[in-house]
Formats: sequence, structure tokens, C-alpha cells
Amino acid sequence: MPNRTMVLGVIGADVHAVGNQILNFAFTQAGFNVVNLGVMVSQEEFIEAAIESGAQAIVVSSLYGHGELDCRGLRDKCDEAGLKGILLYVGGNIVVGKQPFEEVEKRFHAMGFDKVFGPGTAPEVTIAELIKDFEAREKAAENA
Amino acid sequence: MKSVLLIDFGSTYTKVTSIDAETGRLYGTAQSFTTVEEDISLGLEKALSELRSQTGITEFVDTLACSSAAGGLRMIACGLVPSLTAEAAKRAALGAGAKVIKTFAYEMTEEDEEEIERLKPDIALLCGGTDGGNSACCIHNAGVLARVNAKFPVVVACNRSAIKKCVSILAEAGKETVSCENVMPQFGQLNILPTQKAIRDLFLKRIVSAKGLSKAQSLISDIIMPTPAAVMEALTLLSSFTGELMAVDLGGATTDIYSITEGLPTKAGTVLRGLPEPYAKRTVEGDIGMRYSAYGVTEAVGSERVAKLANVSEETLNAWINRIHEDPGVLAKTDEEKNMDFALAALAVETGLIRHSGTIEQVFTPMGVAYQQTGKDLTRCAKIVLTGGALVRMQRAEEIALTAMHTTLCPESLMPRNAEVVLDKNYILSAAGLLTKKYPEAAKAILGKELT
Repeated sequence: MPNRTMVLGVIGADVHAVGNQILNFAFTQAGFNVVNLGVMVSQEEFIEAAIESGAQAIVVSSLYGHGELDCRGLRDKCDEAGLKGILLYVGGNIVVGKQPFEEVEKRFHAMGFDKVFGPGTAPEVTIAELIKDFEAREKAAENA
Repeated sequence: MKSVLLIDFGSTYTKVTSIDAETGRLYGTAQSFTTVEEDISLGLEKALSELRSQTGITEFVDTLACSSAAGGLRMIACGLVPSLTAEAAKRAALGAGAKVIKTFAYEMTEEDEEEIERLKPDIALLCGGTDGGNSACCIHNAGVLARVNAKFPVVVACNRSAIKKCVSILAEAGKETVSCENVMPQFGQLNILPTQKAIRDLFLKRIVSAKGLSKAQSLISDIIMPTPAAVMEALTLLSSFTGELMAVDLGGATTDIYSITEGLPTKAGTVLRGLPEPYAKRTVEGDIGMRYSAYGVTEAVGSERVAKLANVSEETLNAWINRIHEDPGVLAKTDEEKNMDFALAALAVETGLIRHSGTIEQVFTPMGVAYQQTGKDLTRCAKIVLTGGALVRMQRAEEIALTAMHTTLCPESLMPRNAEVVLDKNYILSAAGLLTKKYPEAAKAILGKELT
């Protein structure tokens, strides 16, 4: 199987550790090489870990409602750090209050995230999306 | 009687110590100026004859030596991200007893190439990427190191997928290489021991003769390690029977800080940040010292603080610092001078401890207060060993350490606060470190006697 490395963590001042452990377990079981940074992870830490580990994806969780503030600018910083085109996923309770998910998704897409997942998403859903995206990229790389 | 001769070729002094191979009894110590320019054995002979007249011992069953003469083991460390593999590379080199003259991160440039040519390192350490991770950077940097027009061996401890490529690039350019396990095989995992072993082997094989130390080799069986590595060995052995500890070696030009501790959080609800810490950790403050680097102390803490602690005016202090900078051999004679040396020492130790120790930070989250720890928590460290000529001479070692530990300036620092202070008054740390491999019982005995 090709090298499929991802960096996982809970962004910002968020200390929700349980969901992070579940995702770490599920993604590892699915065969990915997971670099798990745990909770309270800054944008810089996500990026540094992705550089050293040569990751193809950064998967960001946020459970405490401040995700929108914490995630802003992550794509730009990735570009700046030479991680151009790295897959960016985000999921959890990423905004405050009950807002229509389509609008939230749109906002995070505009921030440069490839995939956005709402509250209560099962790990299987994310795994399926990751495999789809990884495969598409591997095929593109082969043809290039 | 079976006496072992231990030699420490320092940058200024060559120190000789005679210890019993079985009981660890200390027979005597002597020292003389290091004579590395002409012939290092001259200074050694002088120290030896003094030791002979002191103890009457002429026969030694074994002779072991360590050295920090001729600039010590000068290394450069290269990694990818500054806070990750570049930092891991630096820690590996420091832990092996090297002096890290420069750390490079990311892709190195032509300017870096020229700088390395000027720096003329003894060894280069090439790291970067976790195993299976980034390999482009270390391969690029191997190319840069290969082009440097200077002769030095390269220890390659990068992403294992790239090691072979790096080695062949360097070998093609005629550089000697040693490949090693990655210093950071997985994210957040530090693996520096194999690299440290490689550095020490290279030191033995190549550096000793390159530094003109081999002239002394007819007199001794082996120069087995750089001096800081010997000190580290001694401290690690000491901690195995007295518990976790720290040490401060306050020199004229640099201050070395050691901690042999886990350094895990002692406060509940603390999240650890950053690269994991090595159990046996050494940091070197190149700008902090009692003579050549006295300016560094006033720069770090401000001359008002030094003057206030010494109870002198800033003018008096500045005059003294200018004087000791020009003539590092000068000793404090008057009470005023002694007080200024005391203040310099206490604040040098304080600065060294603060820089070595981790920090804790309060983070206000929507769920309440959380704590983030970076580096080692040394607040509960129970013992601190002091060594170095200045501290031994001044005879106020305990007061110096207590003044440093009780600073109120840095509440976020996880420096030791209430450690018991022990002074290495007979200067036996490096000698005991040399004994650890071949005469562990003797080493244990003398450490137990002198430093507990």
C-alpha cells in the first residue's frame, strides 16, 4: 500500500481528548499512518508535524465552538511552509450555536479546507472520503 | 594498592587524579596548564610530577583520559524543522559531549556552505524527516555538505528512507560517513543514543589524533571521551543510587547544565508540549560564564541586578567586568571583588537553570484553566551538584545555588526550587565518569563518598 500519512489533532485551546483517541484508533485501524498530536494543538504544530512526517493530509478536530477562529489562515500557512496542495479536513462542533451546515461548510471551503464534517459524523464516513481523496491523488501522481 | 590515573585535558588546565581501582579511594589530584600548541604531554608531565610528589605513587594499573582541549568537539547539527529534527540533532550532539557551534534548519543555502567552510567543524550531524517522512530536505542538505571544501566526517541520522542516498552523495564527494538510526523515527519520539554512540566513536577514531592529543597517547591507554560525556556518565551513575539530580558546571567561558530526570509534569491537568526530553539532558550556555563570558551574564539579567546583589555601584561592577574580560586569569582579592564574583556566579547559575528548565503556562479555555508544559519540570529535583573551578574556589557554593533557585523573577519557570546542594570540591566528576566503564564499583564508591 502506498504511504498514506496524516496528521491528526484538536486545534486551539480545546481539550476534548476522547474523540481524538477514537479517531486515532479508527484511522490507524483503517491502515493510515497517523501522527496524532492530541489536544490543544496550534496551527504551527500541525504544519511542523506534516513537514517532518511528509504527511499528505491534516485532519483537524474542533469541539468547543471556536473552530472558525482557530482554523483561519491554516491553508495560507501550509502554502507558505511548502505544503502546497496538502489535504485539509476539519470536523466536529466547528462553529458556535446551531447554524445551517451548508453555510458552515461553505465558509470552511472558502478558508481552504477540502472536506468539512458536521457534529456526529461517524469515523467511517471520514475514512471513506480520505481513501477516495488519497486514491485520486495517487492516480494523478502516477499519470504525471 | 592499585591506583588508576585519570586525566582531564581541559581548555586551560590539565587535571590528573589518582583513584584506587577497587575501593575508589581518592589518593590525590593535581593540575597544570594545558600545552596543546607545543606538545600536550609537557603539561601532563608537569601535573604528573606534582601528583607524584603529593602521593608518592609512581605506578598506575591503568590510565584513562578525557579531553575538551583544542576547542573540544566542535559540531554542526542540521535538521528540517527548527523545533523538531534540528532540535533533536542539537540535543544528540550536546548529549554526546560536543560543542554545537551552529544549528541549521530547512534546506541549507550556498551561504551556509561558505559558513561551514569557515567554521571547520570536527563532525557534522545530518538529520531531517521522520522515517518514511520528508526526504527531500536531508538529500538536499547532503549535497550542500558534500560541496563544503573542508574535511570532516558526517553522521547521517535522518529519515531512514533517505540515508542511503545521503551517504552516497557524501561518499562520492570524499566525505567519511557513519549512518545511524533516525534521531526522530516517529513524530514526537526522540532516539538520540545511537547517534551519540556514533559521535563518540568518531571522536575516538579521528578527532583525538587531529587535535594533537595523540602525542600523549604513549602515556595513556585511551582518550575515551569528550569531558562533558565523562561528566554525563558520572552523573547518570550517581543518579542510579541517589535519585534524580541536576548539575551545573560553571566555567570561565561557558556554563553547562545537566539534568538526569524524567521531568514529567508534577501539576495535575497539565498538557505536555513540544519535543520529548531526553532523560539525561545537557545544555550549554555559550554566553554565560565567570570570565570570558561575564558580559553575557550582565546582558542576560541586566547589570543593575548584578550590582544590587553584589552591593556595589554599577560603575564598580562594569570596571570589574572589563578587567576580568581583559585578563581572565585575575582572581577576586578584596571583599568587594569577591561579592561581585559571587553575584556573577549566582546569576549565571540562575540563567543557566532557567534556560535548561521547562516552563508552564496557564491557558484559559472555555472549559476553564488548563496548563501547558514545555520542556522538563524540575521543580521537585532533589539534588543539584555544583562543579567548576570558580564555584569550588569561592567557597560559597551553597549560597550561590540557593540564591539562583529562589529567584522570584521567573514564576513560569519549572526550575528546581528546593534542591539539596552538593559541591564537587575535589573536582572528581569527570574522573569518576572515566572510571564508570571499566571500574564501576570504584566509580560508585567515590561518587558516593564525595557527592552524597
